[in-house]
Amino acid sequence: MLERSSVNSDPIIWLTIFVLAIFVGIEVISKVSATLHTPLMSGANAIHGVILIGAILVTGSAQSMPILVLGLVAVVLASINMVGGFVVTDRMLVMFSRPKRALEKPARRELEQ
Amino acid sequence: MSQAWAQLGYLAAAVCFIVALKGLSSPRHARRGNLIGAAGALLACVIVFLSTDIQHLLPILAAIAAGTAIGALGAYRVQMTQMPQLVALFNGVGGGAAAIVAIIELTKLRPDATPVFDLIATAFTILVGSVSFAGSVVTFLKLQELMTTRPVVFAGYPILYGLALLAALAGGIGLVVSPSLIFAVLLAIIGAGLGVLLVLPVGGADVPIVISLLNAFTGLTVAASGYLLENILLLVAGTLVGSAGTLLTRLMAHAMGRSLINILFGTLKGGSTLGTTTLSDRPVKSASPADVAILLAYAQRVIIVPGYGLAVAQAQHNLRQLVDLLQERGVQVDYAIHPVAGRMPGHMNVLLAEAQVPYEQLKEMDEIDPEFKQADVALVVGANDVVNPAAETTPGAPIYGMPILHANQARQVVFMKRSMRPGFAGIENELLYEPTTTLLFGDAKDTMSKLLAELKALTV
Repeated sequence: MLERSSVNSDPIIWLTIFVLAIFVGIEVISKVSATLHTPLMSGANAIHGVILIGAILVTGSAQSMPILVLGLVAVVLASINMVGGFVVTDRMLVMFSRPKRALEKPARRELEQ
Repeated sequence: MSQAWAQLGYLAAAVCFIVALKGLSSPRHARRGNLIGAAGALLACVIVFLSTDIQHLLPILAAIAAGTAIGALGAYRVQMTQMPQLVALFNGVGGGAAAIVAIIELTKLRPDATPVFDLIATAFTILVGSVSFAGSVVTFLKLQELMTTRPVVFAGYPILYGLALLAALAGGIGLVVSPSLIFAVLLAIIGAGLGVLLVLPVGGADVPIVISLLNAFTGLTVAASGYLLENILLLVAGTLVGSAGTLLTRLMAHAMGRSLINILFGTLKGGSTLGTTTLSDRPVKSASPADVAILLAYAQRVIIVPGYGLAVAQAQHNLRQLVDLLQERGVQVDYAIHPVAGRMPGHMNVLLAEAQVPYEQLKEMDEIDPEFKQADVALVVGANDVVNPAAETTPGAPIYGMPILHANQARQVVFMKRSMRPGFAGIENELLYEPTTTLLFGDAKDTMSKLLAELKALTV
């Protein structure tokens, strides 16, 4: 791992970003309706799948076999989190946006049968 | 790719995540928001390969492919009824990944030249990541009903909990004082134990709130590992999820009229004695589908209270046909959607949207609840806890304080139930024994199609 560079070495900068991000996180979802609680939770869940980046970074600099294997496990787990999270959220939201097309859909289904 | 470009790319990804969360909280932009989030994640993955010297490229790509296949397959295959537990699992593996990342990072640190704050962040990530992993596994087992959905508390539980907390603290201090793999593994094991202990006493109906809480936990561990790896994107994304997730947890708890402390530790106070009562054998009034068909056909106002049982039996489509038929006869029909109908807030909206129920018929609780007084029939299909008067009348009940739909105020109440089995919260429903209540036993889909046939016979 790199030594902390001079710009990044000050923990105060990291603390600043951390605190500001807390407020952004609270602010952006403060007006969510109960209807969207489930998709929102699922979407937020997918976003923390970016731990995949961390998993790739530590695995990419692994020096020994056990560490490499452990790192690869983390990569698999993180990919499941990220990809699965976004896909399942999308599946939920497709249903929410369906009412617009509700008129044409049943017709098509009857044709298939 | 230069570091400056990489940082700029990470910034773009972070903005994507913020826009994603913003979009996800409004019905019109939710799907686009999610896709923007996915685009941000993809961008970040591309950047990490372009900007950093990554060894073991092939095994890593293979691992990503494997994880992608598992995740996508799970997400496509899952029944919408089982979606909450899938989200729990996804969250758990994310927490596990964060813990592993921190453990690996620890092996690369030089103990003499590492700032204390880095070590604290490492300890935090390992501990909380493990809590999130193990806790999510237990929530999965509860929601999948592979274990009891009732609160699990045993003698000496508070002492064990206290000891585990102390052990976690000691393990954390140990890791900071003498950074070694032994302490890291120890901390991971303690974290897993804490995670199990955290979720065990939570009753089935409250489990979704705990998933949301663990989701926020995982976010914070990702933020901490971002600090460790000097990756601003991980810090920002993790913190966003951590704070948004904490607020969402509170909003969910609020929708159920519960406080978080009460959900996590309520059972320890010995409050929920009702959760263990055995079924009483008091008489109930049951009817045939033909009786109920007549009742519905000659009503003017019918309110349907759908619950998880409806979705499990896959009876949504039959229900929609029934409603269509009633509307043709001039009956005014609405669906009353309790915020926590199904397994978690908003779940029932997803399930009914899947059955193509028109959006205008889905009424939220505040809007529809006053109308039960004017309703001729409240048809409760596979729901139980959300209409249980115990939430208002029995202070000891696990659901006490949760806002309920006042189906009992309708002139007639019809319950479609498989059996007299209590609801997910594990408590009896007094409404079943009311004189105005009629029970229609059987599998919801089966009964619904019989009801449909009877209604058609009446119409012809």
